[in-house]
Amino acid sequence: MNASATFSLKQSPIPAAAGIGLRLQHLNEIASQADDAPPVASWLEIHSETFLNAGGPRLVMLQEVRKRHPISCHGVGLSLGSAQGLDPAHLKRLAKLFDRVKPALLSEHLAWSVVDGAYLNDLLPLPYNDEMLAVVSANVSRAQDFFGQQLLVENPSSYLSFNASTMPEWDFLARLVQNTGCGLLLDVNNVYVSAANNAFSAEDYLASVPWDVVGEIHLAGHSIEVEGDDRVLVDTHSTYVCDPVWGLYRDVIARIGARPTLIEWDMDIPALSELQHEATRAQAVMDARQPQDQACVA
Amino acid sequence: MWLETQRSFRATVTGVDDAIAPQAHSAHGTLAQRVAVYRNTVQQSLIDVLASAFPAVQRIVGVRFFSALARDFVRSHLPDVPQLSVYGVKFPDFIATHKRLSDLQYLADVARLEWARGESYFAADAAPLDPAGLAAIAPERLASVIFTLHPATRLVVSPHAIHRVWMVNQPDVVDVPAIDLGIAERVILTRPHYAVMVRLIAPADAAFVAALNRKLSLGAAAGEALSVDPAFNLQAVLQDHFIHGTFSTVQTE
Repeated sequence: MNASATFSLKQSPIPAAAGIGLRLQHLNEIASQADDAPPVASWLEIHSETFLNAGGPRLVMLQEVRKRHPISCHGVGLSLGSAQGLDPAHLKRLAKLFDRVKPALLSEHLAWSVVDGAYLNDLLPLPYNDEMLAVVSANVSRAQDFFGQQLLVENPSSYLSFNASTMPEWDFLARLVQNTGCGLLLDVNNVYVSAANNAFSAEDYLASVPWDVVGEIHLAGHSIEVEGDDRVLVDTHSTYVCDPVWGLYRDVIARIGARPTLIEWDMDIPALSELQHEATRAQAVMDARQPQDQACVA
Repeated sequence: MWLETQRSFRATVTGVDDAIAPQAHSAHGTLAQRVAVYRNTVQQSLIDVLASAFPAVQRIVGVRFFSALARDFVRSHLPDVPQLSVYGVKFPDFIATHKRLSDLQYLADVARLEWARGESYFAADAAPLDPAGLAAIAPERLASVIFTLHPATRLVVSPHAIHRVWMVNQPDVVDVPAIDLGIAERVILTRPHYAVMVRLIAPADAAFVAALNRKLSLGAAAGEALSVDPAFNLQAVLQDHFIHGTFSTVQTE
């Protein structure tokens, strides 16, 4: 991949192959498999905040799973968009988990979820302007300094736009990368959802993303809510990846080659075999592009 | 200022007014509808967290009432850490003081039992105390040893039959028998290996465990238990606790 003077992805044992989001519903099943059983996917991603407890079976099972699968830690609670900065206590909780899990990748969202110490349990939107860029840049740098590891920042799904925005999301992300040296987690479904909801072109978005820092891709399914004559795409992670998103994903892979690609499914979670089937589809897209290259991302 | 906008957004998604409206727009459809997507996710996801932490409470009051109750709680008690396994610690007290639940006096204690079970499940790991180590202690010094409760040990004491209510409100129970709610019950939760064990214990045993939790010596704790029930059998009770992993360490003075 392209090197750059200001940023480069760290060597990562997460292969440029299809992975699966590890959900509690499948944790015991995977942890119980024999040590020499084939891995359920090339790699697995956890939600960091699901494993912050002090002890107990959940962490024991995770350690079992780790023996056979590279793990990526995907945060949902750091609140990179918080005006009040990152919570030092939460940074410490996460660092303790990372020390146990030794994740090959760390990622978080271009979003916020904490204000005045209250956690809202959603990835809330933010305006794209200079004030916000300063806030997010400071928070991303703080996290990267604290963890001693690069963060991949994920583009959000959004349902509204702020009047205070002065630049498109892709410009904001490119400047964030320049400011902090972070990488990007490109969620193709989020691009599709946000484009439909906020009336921009997904193709324009994808044409403008700083490709050389995309360290991971997410794929998920969304729902469509119809109210009157309006149609809102809601990023529910509750179903299969839709055909237009597969189309965008093929375009992305054709352009940048294979990347660690995650199948996310968080509601109405099906059998593990269904997720494996979706991962196989993503793998097929990558294999069709680069059949000779199954190497790690460097 | 962004902080003020965050506060407006919080008020919007936890309440019913669209305080954020002057600062945002939607490309098509109404802004109110778009705001509702966020509001629904914030509130419903936290209601779902409470439902999975308090399944017996939900079964007792019904899904619809629970949902309304949980929504009231969510709006007034947002999580203070981004870690959902610790969200709901204040829900039992909320139930205890809720006007519409004054008929269900036992419900808050059932909630406390469910919360204790979750705490036990997520508590730090530690090896249960191996009673063989006690053999090395001189008999005359046994009374002064101090047991440390295992990090996963919890005790819930109630004037109501919370253990029975909890048992018959497990998902697999179809025919719920009549229960005399007025029987006081004491429940100990331990996690000797992977699974949390939930046991009913006698009043004197509960006094014993509570005394040990206050760091009283074995002799002093046994004394408190004997004052509750002169028939308290220390040896038998200790055997039970060793089997169930109630303690993690013992200190000799």
